[in-house]
Amino acid sequence: MSSLSEQMEHTFRLRNLKSYCMLAMIVLAFVVSALPLFAVFAHIIKLGFSALNFDFFTKLPAPVGESGGGLANALLGTAILVGIASVIGIPWGVSIGIYLSEYGKSKTASVVRFCVDMLVSIPSIVVGLFIYELIVIPMKGFSANAGGVALSILMIPTIARTTEEILKLIPAHVREAGLGLGIPRWKVTLFIIVRGSLMPISTGVILAISRVAGETAPLLFTALSSRFWFDGFNKPIASLSVQIFNYAISPFEDWQSQAWGGALLLVLFVFVVNLSVRILLLRTNTSKGKQI
Amino acid sequence: MRREIYRFDRYFYFFLKGVAICLPLLLIGIGGFLLNASLPSIHQFGFDFLGTKIWDPARDNYGILAFVFGTLISSLIAILIAAPLSIFTALFLTEVASRRLQKSASFIIEMLAAIPSVVYGLWGIYVLAPFLRVYVEPFLGKTLGFLPLFQGPSYGVGMLAAGIILSIMIIPTITAVTKEVFLSIPNSYREAAMALGATRWEVIKMAVIKTGSAGILGAVILGLGRALGETMAVTMVIGNRSDISISLFAPGQSMSSVIANEYSEATSSLHISALLEIGLVLFLITFFINSLARVFVWRASLRGSTR
Amino acid sequence: MRPLLDVQNLSAWFGKQQALKNISLGVNPNSVTAIIGPSGCGKSTFIRCLNRLHEEIAGAFLQGNAWLEEENILSAQVDPVSLRRKIGMVFQRPNPFPSMSIYDNVASGLTLSGIKRKSVLNEVVEKNLKLAALWDEVKDKLSQAGSSLSGGQQQRLCIARALAIGPKVLLMDEPTSALDPISTAKIEELINELKQEVTIVIVTHNMQQAARISDKTAFFLLGDLVEFAPTSELFTSPKDERTERYITGRFG
Repeated sequence: MSSLSEQMEHTFRLRNLKSYCMLAMIVLAFVVSALPLFAVFAHIIKLGFSALNFDFFTKLPAPVGESGGGLANALLGTAILVGIASVIGIPWGVSIGIYLSEYGKSKTASVVRFCVDMLVSIPSIVVGLFIYELIVIPMKGFSANAGGVALSILMIPTIARTTEEILKLIPAHVREAGLGLGIPRWKVTLFIIVRGSLMPISTGVILAISRVAGETAPLLFTALSSRFWFDGFNKPIASLSVQIFNYAISPFEDWQSQAWGGALLLVLFVFVVNLSVRILLLRTNTSKGKQI
Repeated sequence: MRREIYRFDRYFYFFLKGVAICLPLLLIGIGGFLLNASLPSIHQFGFDFLGTKIWDPARDNYGILAFVFGTLISSLIAILIAAPLSIFTALFLTEVASRRLQKSASFIIEMLAAIPSVVYGLWGIYVLAPFLRVYVEPFLGKTLGFLPLFQGPSYGVGMLAAGIILSIMIIPTITAVTKEVFLSIPNSYREAAMALGATRWEVIKMAVIKTGSAGILGAVILGLGRALGETMAVTMVIGNRSDISISLFAPGQSMSSVIANEYSEATSSLHISALLEIGLVLFLITFFINSLARVFVWRASLRGSTR
Repeated sequence: MRPLLDVQNLSAWFGKQQALKNISLGVNPNSVTAIIGPSGCGKSTFIRCLNRLHEEIAGAFLQGNAWLEEENILSAQVDPVSLRRKIGMVFQRPNPFPSMSIYDNVASGLTLSGIKRKSVLNEVVEKNLKLAALWDEVKDKLSQAGSSLSGGQQQRLCIARALAIGPKVLLMDEPTSALDPISTAKIEELINELKQEVTIVIVTHNMQQAARISDKTAFFLLGDLVEFAPTSELFTSPKDERTERYITGRFG
């Protein structure tokens, strides 16, 4: 046994050294992973800031070859597309989330849950193809509606999942208390369970909105793009993300610069939404903690 | 009177169930529509569609081998870079960082996931690709040039650029899932390892990585699924050339990028059908990959919860 | 007799909250020392200080001295990692590594130290599984997962794992609290036999257990060591009124 412990003593220094090396690697891995975020931010701010002027927010795109112009129609277009997606996606997604958390033990529910997981990770371009077949071809044309529906399909599973997770956090005794008072289940669910979690659910919804606002692939052949103002729900419509794509691969420097400007806006929007949601959640959590 | 009150409960339940059941129908619908629309192409080419690399819209002759190759190679590069980085980053977040640092560090990684794909593409074209062309690719050519992987002219855009962009995009996915797996591992395993005289790294290796291995695998597969289907950023930096080349510096084309590039300009119905069949293949592959990932992650979380 | 483990003026904190107040206590070699007291009295914290697991918790720290033979194990110069090979530990809930076989679990402490020779490992695994009275039950399924065993077997596996690195002291943190009475009896019997090999400090919430297995007993209350005496003495004629009230079940 003594020879064994001698042997152990012998390797001890080496093991400690290895441990420090691996811990350093772990820290390094985090730094390397985080680096692209700062690189992307730095370049977007550097190259995009100069493109943001009054025209950018108020004017239509300039015709090919002319400089100037703006992305006002694309900004409005993204807002409209996200609006359509929200009208369909939010009630639908929240309802599915409620179903999964309140009636989630049945076989049907586990099938639905599986589908939510599959839809969360479905390639967004596949959704675009589906909507092309489902809406664009029968309606004989690209349209704002088609784009909005495509985005809503991407919203539903994320909203359903976060809603389910949030509602599951509510302890069973809250439900039992309500039911025990003789309140019907639907009232307990809507007015006690859901209303009590309105805040976190809406933050989940806002995060989902911020995510689809930057989606490009499903819009390419549903909403297409447009150089003009919004012209009706059954007409093609411009969007910020598609415009960034088109400008990015264009040969004109002026357009490229506007692509950076658009990217800056998009990232700023996403960043502000994420940060404020986080701060908001943090604040409600701590205030709840103090009450208890 | 009582029954009147509670009757709405049933309506409410049926309403929710009806709304929820639309989701499986939607998934079946997506598969069905894609299958239906790609029938002309399936009839015309059969399995050759997957096995040939000739993609010729001018002569209406379509085979996607080159795109499958492009998708697989770019995703493989992405996994090779992202998997170790993500696992170690997750270890940083759960095992190494102090609680205060943990929150902001997690936020940074989550923000990586929030940046839209098209923005990564823009950055890829104008920042990453020139950087690869001027510095990285010549360097790799000089040091590792004896391997065919690192031979040939440096374009900047190409397989390597696509792989790197994809790796940045899947790091947050793999990290987030791996982090959940690590957090679900009971502390008692860490303490058991410590009590045996394990160093900090050995505790991580014995109690965290080994115990969570199934979940880690699931997370990596999930990241792979995301990489396979990613479109915009890849389209913008992969170079868009339908050919198979061994060199990672060479431009290529992925399944999703060819759809994005050609769909709005496709004129012949067979061309459109062929593009839809690519979509179908992509749908099936990602469906399979994601179900696989789900099994692993689910098993890992099960193991965590029973202890 | 000179104590093997001599704790002097040990205090421990979780952040601002003091969990142990100036504890001094000597543990004789080849004896069983039981630590009893109501929950939250610091008894687990006490033994977690002895193998320096206490300081792994964020914000936790300790002060004082503890001599294991000639070495002050609480001093900053001592590396807790190497100390833990001299002072092993068994936990409240059995925690064999779920991804390792029975064999690998027992051998894990040695493989960590770079001992890979199969013949050495075989010998150590067999010896310690026999010590833990588990050998006969598992000798035909050593490659099965450790988590496939019953709770009591798992706990004995953890004892074998802790013994395999050859510790001088074995700390046990309520090792039977998660087990059924039959498994508990087996472990108690085992502790009695292990005395020949190793010095044991056991935390228990069960006074009968302490009376059955220990040579000396320490009674902790709110972070203070109230009384430390030979077990028979402490249970029959306690010197402190608080001890008497506790063992007669009048509070706690």
